[in-house]
Amino acid sequence: MDANRTDSNAPTPGNTLPRVRITNATKLFGRHAEIQALRDVSLDVAAGEVVLIIGPSGSGKSTLLRSVNRLETLTSGSIWVDEDEVTDQRGDIRRIREEVGMVFQSFNLFPHLSAIQNIMLGPTTVKKQHRDEVFPRARALLARVGLADKENAYPGQLSGGQQQRVAIARALAMNPKVMLFDEPTSALDPEMIKEVLDVMLDLARDGMTMLVVSHEMGFARAAADRVVFMDEGQIIEHGPPTQVFDTPREERTRKFLKHIL
Amino acid sequence: MASVDKQQSVQITVSDGALIPDRAEKSLFSAWRISFFGAITLLVLFPVISPTPYLDILRFVPDGILTTFQVTVVSIVFALIIGLFTGLGRVSRITIINRIATVYVEVIRGIPLLVQLFYIYFALGQFVIVPRMGAAVIAMSICYGAYMGEIFRAGILAIPKGQMEAALALGLSRSQAMRKVILPQTLRMVLPPIGNEFIALLKDSSLVSILAVSDLLRRGREYAATTFRYFETYTIVALIYLVMTLFFSKLVSIMEERLERNGR
Ligand SMILES: Nc1ncnc2c1ncn2[C@@H]1O[C@H](COP(=O)(O)OP(=O)(O)O)[C@@H](O)[C@H]1O
Ligand SMILES: [Mg+2]
Repeated sequence: MDANRTDSNAPTPGNTLPRVRITNATKLFGRHAEIQALRDVSLDVAAGEVVLIIGPSGSGKSTLLRSVNRLETLTSGSIWVDEDEVTDQRGDIRRIREEVGMVFQSFNLFPHLSAIQNIMLGPTTVKKQHRDEVFPRARALLARVGLADKENAYPGQLSGGQQQRVAIARALAMNPKVMLFDEPTSALDPEMIKEVLDVMLDLARDGMTMLVVSHEMGFARAAADRVVFMDEGQIIEHGPPTQVFDTPREERTRKFLKHIL
Repeated sequence: MASVDKQQSVQITVSDGALIPDRAEKSLFSAWRISFFGAITLLVLFPVISPTPYLDILRFVPDGILTTFQVTVVSIVFALIIGLFTGLGRVSRITIINRIATVYVEVIRGIPLLVQLFYIYFALGQFVIVPRMGAAVIAMSICYGAYMGEIFRAGILAIPKGQMEAALALGLSRSQAMRKVILPQTLRMVLPPIGNEFIALLKDSSLVSILAVSDLLRRGREYAATTFRYFETYTIVALIYLVMTLFFSKLVSIMEERLERNGR
């Protein structure tokens, strides 16, 4: 594990900073800090890179993702998005969150707002942009996720796949530099998974930096630059999808892959 | 989709037992219909059969109905404002605000409304002059504000935490998220329980007659005291209260049904 950490910490070519840098992230939960959700995790994600995180339930995948926009506060360690330190308690976390989009397993669309209003809320409230300016962009985003005709539909009137696509558009409306996806297709009926993955694939091809928790192997092989396998709060191994999936180095990875395939 | 469904089925059960008709009860002789139309029939029948004293009573007390409504409506408005802030205080992460709100709720809920009325009018009356009507409204608002606070608190806590997280993840501040995301959803959820509080307050407003505010009950007392027609007077007063509360509970249940139907 130590070997892995050092090589994920290896400086990126040239002297460009990684887009996301996670160093020695540790997160303890519980009254007596008895739950070690993250144990000394380090990971660099380059601009434009798509990193897929896999691992058994409870291995700390969500906690790692949620630490990147400080929905969880690390116990120790640090996280940077470009030159901004997320883990700096005095820093302006809201400015960083504007640049980090997040998509949740349960969509979390705002049920009292229509699709277009969901997308416009961020830019109008946070960036104080004028509605007239945001509206055409919001429409374009809806079209991009294939829902141009659902502008005025409320989340309750949309299928799961449609809701998740609106949620992606909502995150994109803030023009983020990084997108976090926490099991975006796990709550979907099988026939809706593809429509969401297609949108994500399109984003990946467009050069978006993405951290994706998902066990969709097809997506991983098509879009991921790197696969990270986590277990018990640690990164066990990582590498290109073909290497991790086809010739895993670690026994635990092998076991896990056998289990999910 | 699961999360959205869950949100719909959340029911807030803060209520002190106002008569909300059972919506399943659709029969012609539902309890609500028997009570409501029964009361109206009696209110019409009595004066027709014996105009004295019933017609006189019905001429004498309506001023009081107006006052009862005034006290109720003004109090509920203030109670809503107090309740909103109390509810926000009860879920606040700032310890001191949270503590103040909680103590307020505990103290007020532990003192009978009648005692609060006496306290504000008579006890505080020793130091400052409080007009009767003012004392009545202040006491009712403060008292019901505490209960409303608990309703708002329950409503805010009933919103799935993913809603706050999604708002924060977009870059909204906590207070922006509260205003734009949480409270609008809370509002539709707390509307029925607030309706219940309105009915409860309407009934409790009869306590203000103690302060010689000329509400419905007080007007009845005045009439009865001069004519000694206690039975007839209080029968009419009771029937009028009954018609009013049943009318409003019907409104609340219709509203509940509507909200549920276009609940998304
Ligand atoms: N808010 C929390 N309070 C206490 N324990 C938590 C909390 N969130 C996560 N955990 C625990 O941390 C560990 C990692 O959880 P999580 O990051 O959600 O795993 P994964 O997403 O890989 O399933 C688990 O043991 C989980 O029970
Ligand atoms: Mg998870």
